[in-house]
Amino acid sequence: MLTLDKLTKTFGDKKAVDNVSFTVDRPMMIGIIGRSGAGKSTVLRMLNRLSDATSGSIKFEGRDITRLKGAERRNWQSRCAMIFQQFNLVPRMDVVSNVLHGTLNRRSTLATMFNLYPDSDIHKAIEILDRLGIAEQAPKRAEALSGGQQQRVAIARALMQDPAIILADEPIASLDPMNAQIVMQALRRIHEEDGRTVVANLHTLDTARRYCDRVVGMRDGRVVFDGTPEQLTTGVARDIYGAGANFSEAATSTEIETLEKTARDYALPA
Amino acid sequence: MTDAALNGPSSSRVNRIQDSYMVQVRRRRMYGGLTLGIFVLLMVSGFAIADDRNAGGFWDGWRQVLDFPADVMSEAWEKRAEVPGLLVEFFPALLETINIAAASTLIGAMLGLILALLSTRGLAKWPRLIPLFRRIMDIMRAVPEIVIALVLIFILGGGPVPAMIAIAFHTAGALGKLYSEVAENADLKPVEGLGSTGATWSQRMWLGVLPQVAPNFLSYTLLRFEINIRASAILGFVGAGGIGAELRHAMSWGPGRFDEAAAIFLLLFGAIVFFDQLSSRYRNKMIEGQ
Repeated sequence: MLTLDKLTKTFGDKKAVDNVSFTVDRPMMIGIIGRSGAGKSTVLRMLNRLSDATSGSIKFEGRDITRLKGAERRNWQSRCAMIFQQFNLVPRMDVVSNVLHGTLNRRSTLATMFNLYPDSDIHKAIEILDRLGIAEQAPKRAEALSGGQQQRVAIARALMQDPAIILADEPIASLDPMNAQIVMQALRRIHEEDGRTVVANLHTLDTARRYCDRVVGMRDGRVVFDGTPEQLTTGVARDIYGAGANFSEAATSTEIETLEKTARDYALPA
Repeated sequence: MTDAALNGPSSSRVNRIQDSYMVQVRRRRMYGGLTLGIFVLLMVSGFAIADDRNAGGFWDGWRQVLDFPADVMSEAWEKRAEVPGLLVEFFPALLETINIAAASTLIGAMLGLILALLSTRGLAKWPRLIPLFRRIMDIMRAVPEIVIALVLIFILGGGPVPAMIAIAFHTAGALGKLYSEVAENADLKPVEGLGSTGATWSQRMWLGVLPQVAPNFLSYTLLRFEINIRASAILGFVGAGGIGAELRHAMSWGPGRFDEAAAIFLLLFGAIVFFDQLSSRYRNKMIEGQ
């Protein structure tokens, strides 16, 4: 379904993403973990075509999306929704208008400039908001909402795109634990109920373990781990984060697993 | 599939929200339509009135709009060999014009800075006098440079000094307004921090506010400098000297000296481009550097 092949991105002489290859053959929820600067966000941004790959390719259902231009590129972007750490909503517009922005690719520029959307779209937007439990906030300005609510508006905008893939770039990094849980559960439900693929960059190991079917670990632009959550042992985590033997999982997560196997682990120098 | 699982009580609640939002949307669309209608009406009627009062009439005259530039261009092209010489000849006049603009921008900016800080909420030394300083700036902006210049030239006689005072006066009002809007968005925490050490108002402004707003102030000032180059060229028409005076001689002469007019336009254009490039470079340096 989705294949990344030797995907590389360089900024100047620095390789942000280095020869990343992996294949997704059925809809699933994938978590990408790694410390900041590992290239997680860059991979997602290349998937959405917010930035261009230096070399390599991304194929979706047989079509190379790294070469798309103009209207075709925008069409791909509408099928591959993106959720950001800082929500990236239009703060001064109301919640429903923000959700309706998910239809921009299908509507004419002139109509959207005057905020003219079909009634059926408006109804659908409110239904999606209700599904995420924030229909009451519909007429409010986006900036008046709490962080957790704003992130759910962003998810609603993504759903309005009716996408095949949802990309989430650190969706819970600026939320408190309670709201983080609500947002992650919403993403999981979208995967389970709609059968959409969700690719999320995550900071914390326990979130990746609890919500994802598959975990990809990145370090210095390269994929260093690709497997199921069960295979993600403390030793592997240490490898991904480039931490020494004193690395405790508590450093990246709230859920403390045992550190029994410390002695014989892969402990790479940082 | 993205639709909500509509069932019973939840569905009626959603319907209620949808209905109330649709009412809002319809009202907004109506207001939008009305605004658009009024806008179109004003445009059409305003144009009709203006066209009625126009001595020549827009519909007959607009085809001739390009005649004058075409005359200038064709004559300048015929005498193109002389243009480089003319550029050199008029360059001192350009320097005089730029000199007027630079001096008036500097003086106007200093005055504008003081007026701006005195009329910004949260920063003003005398908060009750904010309206007074605002009105002073309004008056400075309202009087056109050319009026002040004409009065001053009448009193002081022709030359660059009256022009400089006239432009500086207008600049202080215009920049004061822009500065004050930038300063309004400045973070007050550093100001409070300096206040806690016993700093005077001037110290708080100079050390707490200016470093935050300097890049914006600078770019507004440089924009104003460009405007002032043009303004001081225009004041040359009414006796302030500089390149404007030369342009008036060249143009009022009519055909025969259009090559000079073209050379002066080239100089002015070049000067504006030059200062635009210079200003964007320094502004970038100021924002990135340090």
